[in-house]
Amino acid sequence: MAKRSFAILAVLVVLATMVAACKPAPKALKVAILAPLSGDVATFGASTRDGALLAIEEWNAKGGVLGRQIEAVVEDSQCEAEPAASAANKVINQDQVKFIIGEVCSKASIPVSEIATANKVVQISPTSTNPKVTIDEAGNAKPTVFRACFIDPFQGTVAATFALNKLGAKTAAVLLDQGNDYVRGLAEFFRDAFEAGGGKVVVWETYTAGDTDFTAILTKVKDANPDILYLPDYYSTVNVIAAQANQMGIKAIKLGGDGWDSPKLDQAALAGGFFTNHYSSEDTRPVVQDFVKRYQAKYGSVPDALAALAYDAANILFMAIQQAGTDDPVKVAQAMEKGTFSVVSGDITFDNQHNPKKCAVLLEVSPDKVSYKDTVCP
Amino acid sequence: MSVTVEARRIEQRMLQRRNGVVLNRISQVVFALAGILVLYVVGRAAAANLGVFFQQVLNGFQLGFIYALIALGYTMVYGIVKLINFAHGDVFMVGAFVSFFTISLLNLHQWPLAVWPGMNPTAAMVIGTVTVILASMLTCALLAVTMERFAYRPLRAMPRIAALITAIGVSFFLEYFGGLPFVFTNNYITYPRPFEVFVLNADMVPPLWLGILWGMCGIAAIVYGILKVLGNRGNARAQAWQRNPFLQFGMLFGGFLGVALTIIWLTPRLVRTHFDLTASNAMLIIMGISVILLVILQYIVRYTRIGKAMRASAYDKPTSRLMGINVDMVIAATFALAGSLAGAGGVLYATAYNRIHHLMGIIPGLKSFVAAVIGGIGSIPGAFVGALTIGLVEVLSAGFISSPMRDAVAFSLLIIVLLIRPQGIFGEAPGEKV
Amino acid sequence: MRQLLRNTNFTFILGAVLVFIVVQALISLGVLNAYWQGIIFWGAAITMVSLGLNLIYGFNGQFSLGQFGFYAIGAYASADITYRWVRNDPSALVVVIFGSILALALMFGVSAFLRRFYGVATLTKFLFNFLAAVLGFFLAVRFVNPAIGKVIYAALNALPSGISQQLIFFLALVGGATLAGIVSYLFGIPVLELGSDYFGIATLGFTIIVKVLLDNTDTILPFPEMKGARGMVGIPKWTTWPWVFICFMAVVLVMRNLIHSSTGRAILSVREDERAAELVGIDTASQKILAFVVGSVFAGLAGGIRAHDLAFLHPTTFGFLPSFNPLIIIVFGGLGSMTGTIITGFFWIFLLEGLLRLYLPEGFETWRFVVYPLVLLLMMLLRPQGLMGRYEIAFLRRPLPPLRVKEASPVQEVIPQAGEVTA
Repeated sequence: MAKRSFAILAVLVVLATMVAACKPAPKALKVAILAPLSGDVATFGASTRDGALLAIEEWNAKGGVLGRQIEAVVEDSQCEAEPAASAANKVINQDQVKFIIGEVCSKASIPVSEIATANKVVQISPTSTNPKVTIDEAGNAKPTVFRACFIDPFQGTVAATFALNKLGAKTAAVLLDQGNDYVRGLAEFFRDAFEAGGGKVVVWETYTAGDTDFTAILTKVKDANPDILYLPDYYSTVNVIAAQANQMGIKAIKLGGDGWDSPKLDQAALAGGFFTNHYSSEDTRPVVQDFVKRYQAKYGSVPDALAALAYDAANILFMAIQQAGTDDPVKVAQAMEKGTFSVVSGDITFDNQHNPKKCAVLLEVSPDKVSYKDTVCP
Repeated sequence: MSVTVEARRIEQRMLQRRNGVVLNRISQVVFALAGILVLYVVGRAAAANLGVFFQQVLNGFQLGFIYALIALGYTMVYGIVKLINFAHGDVFMVGAFVSFFTISLLNLHQWPLAVWPGMNPTAAMVIGTVTVILASMLTCALLAVTMERFAYRPLRAMPRIAALITAIGVSFFLEYFGGLPFVFTNNYITYPRPFEVFVLNADMVPPLWLGILWGMCGIAAIVYGILKVLGNRGNARAQAWQRNPFLQFGMLFGGFLGVALTIIWLTPRLVRTHFDLTASNAMLIIMGISVILLVILQYIVRYTRIGKAMRASAYDKPTSRLMGINVDMVIAATFALAGSLAGAGGVLYATAYNRIHHLMGIIPGLKSFVAAVIGGIGSIPGAFVGALTIGLVEVLSAGFISSPMRDAVAFSLLIIVLLIRPQGIFGEAPGEKV
Repeated sequence: MRQLLRNTNFTFILGAVLVFIVVQALISLGVLNAYWQGIIFWGAAITMVSLGLNLIYGFNGQFSLGQFGFYAIGAYASADITYRWVRNDPSALVVVIFGSILALALMFGVSAFLRRFYGVATLTKFLFNFLAAVLGFFLAVRFVNPAIGKVIYAALNALPSGISQQLIFFLALVGGATLAGIVSYLFGIPVLELGSDYFGIATLGFTIIVKVLLDNTDTILPFPEMKGARGMVGIPKWTTWPWVFICFMAVVLVMRNLIHSSTGRAILSVREDERAAELVGIDTASQKILAFVVGSVFAGLAGGIRAHDLAFLHPTTFGFLPSFNPLIIIVFGGLGSMTGTIITGFFWIFLLEGLLRLYLPEGFETWRFVVYPLVLLLMMLLRPQGLMGRYEIAFLRRPLPPLRVKEASPVQEVIPQAGEVTA
């Protein structure tokens, strides 16, 4: 028995080494899409993948980039730091990818950006809004990491100003997931802007990802009776908190960030709330309506902000490769720093921290629809 | 010869050792002081705002009652086959998902209205909700029996570790099979409740309800007291009546709902607080259904043939077999009971916190297991008391110490209880096996 | 030559050196890319953790689910040392190393002191040791670090950078392992007293408490660089194949020699029958603690290796579900078989994380975790003693106890004398 197992093991070892040894020769231009296709925020991943794949399909129909067809390597990174890091390692080391579109969530993008920087791979995140995605601890831009969206200081300020001026709020409660860079960043910037504008944050409570029982901290919110309940988390958690808050009779207006943008948002529970977002499909500019039409023709649904930004991110990347004239990641990154890219969400240039300058929109949630409310530009 | 001298010297040194009782006393004082400090911190925070404190107690009860339903399954299964059934938390998860599908796909919670359109909506809601829970209980009972039949029974003669690993395997299988895209998917799903949730506050609690509930509890308690006195005098019939399920139902149901509503009704009137205490109807329904299921369980275990067979098998399997008890059947029945309780727990948990996920069973399952251990594994009242304790401790620590540390507090409590009283609150001291 | 080959020690060393050279050559030639290298390192780490658990459960019979807690402690402690070091802050290094030394010294003193009393309760023992350890680390933080931190930094920096890096890495690994050992000793004193099931439950609680604390390293604990539940990034990637090999061989050799020694026989006797062992005069409590601490040290060492290979740590890596992996590995490989553990440990990672992850068609990745519990169930049904049972390769096999006709041991000599007195 033992001898036979040894023999089988030995054969397996040999086979594995052989399989590992033969690498496919790179012909097509490989681009990795890291998106959370499962888990907490699966609709984000699906939209992101669809948006990026639409862009890739259009470029391939036009003859590809630098005359090479584009091949997408889609990996499920689950919006979690660990799976995202191992997926990034896998696409870089195993698939020899030099360009990464993703991740969606800041907490997953940050570890990916460290890996991308170490391996000199271009990463462009469509929707990670935390500042630390593109800058390192010392405050310098990571040379090959970019994003296609605005950042949290801006988003948090927009939400705080809106609460103070348009809603006339004096007090706010903030509930945040302490293990999520996106949520934490947004909450902190909201607090700073809100208090700078004369408001007062009366409740600041943390929870852990995966918690389902929020009654204990919502009791504190209820005790403080704030005007605003700021919930900068993703839709799946916000749905739960909102339902439990209603169940406890909390009357505060709910406010949130772009993490709410999902068809699965519980609009009944969040009715009367507002959130900041990147784009609205009700935008009348022709480039937007054109994109909405094409996306709808392919996938049969109205694109949300994640799809639009993924489409933009892919387009920016391919334009930069085209402009650089090579697939050398460092040169592509330099082209990205210099160029201006005209995409769905406007004409984009990157500042010295690799962030584009963009406007934010405010959307209002009502039980049956999400409607456009306001646009705020920096 | 020199060896003996050495041995004697060692003996001498052993005799010179001093009594360690002083040190033990010192350490006991230190531990007691640490405990008092924790209580003081929590107590002071609680006293600062009594309204919030009572609200947290209610939240804790809500959680504790759900844990109780799961913990009972752990404790019964452990009592009879000495197996930590790690897959029990996943049965709970399946229960929640079954109810999700019956509600969202089959609209089972509205069947009375579909059959008799003119029905009283409250009655329809009650019947619909009960049907949903029964469907989940039935499915989970079947699942648990299947699990027992195909995974645990073939291993019963083998070392216990094999069964434990199998339990872990079954648990992983249910979790990840449930996570497949065509089964439950691995997304968080917002749960549609089988009934409308509304909020009760102090003005909405009719004193009549309070009277009825407390009356139920009081009458049951008085009758119990009388029976106890009679029983102590040797009246056999009184002894038999003491454990009547109706008495227990009256005491538990009346008592817990009465406490919950009285807290809501009384606190704003006695304590000057701006805080408006509330309970949702979901909370009361959870308490009510848990108590009803508990009483039914007690009835089954105490009075029915199968219950007696369960107790006998838990006590001594070979002898019960000699007495003509079909032990395999009894074990399967235990698993079915445990599974159905977990299924009901799943529905109630999903109703209370309205989110389901294929890994949702892990942490509640573990906490319920902890509750069963704290209460004394193998003991049914122990599981109940342990679950309420864990629920309360968890919510109070989230409310007054630190929300992210709630799991750490719950498991620290487990370790402390194990160190002080390893057999748990209601457990019997383990017999010395030689 | 043939004689040499028959010598199991020689063949084992030859085989080990061959494996080392072959893997090193494959890495140097670039045949094994970074991904597969990572798989090998990961396999070595998880095998070390499992060997530790096999010592605790397989050889000593104490059912433990706490192995991943110590793995986490080792990983985070050693990562913190090097993380701070590369950012010109020697404090973690000084505190962990000198704190451990001070704590060990104080705990030794406390144990010597307590030995002069009889009837000391385990909780008392725990409290005094705990206070000693806390005092040790407190002294290191308050006095040792401000006093000699700068000196040590300057001294180590004076070395050539390559050497100082390897030295720091070595100290980080040792520090992480020692810390895991100290924690396991403190935890083991009261908890090992509990029976088998209760011990398992308590260690399960320990794993979860460690995970929750790691989630809160930046909010409740004072370690902002560990970044709590957001994951620690920026750990230097220093793990290399020679380091993995040395640590792995150290674990295997220490464990083999421990088990083959008389202490090892005492450890085994606790598994076979605790009461009987006690009756023949074996101090079962200290044997249990010994096995537990050594097993945890292995886990801590493995943690250091893994942390500096992944260069990224996240608390979910040490969560509840993965914490079953070592248990499954040792049961799969055969309880009480080092050979089985080593083989299963490597193949576990190799199959689940390597081959199947890469070569299953897309969308079937999640199926791995559906199929492997089923394999586990089949395995338990068909071969509950594990793949290898208690088989060992020759080098690890316990030599049969030699038939000894020797002078009687002191204990035996005392007894007839006592008989004389009574007669």
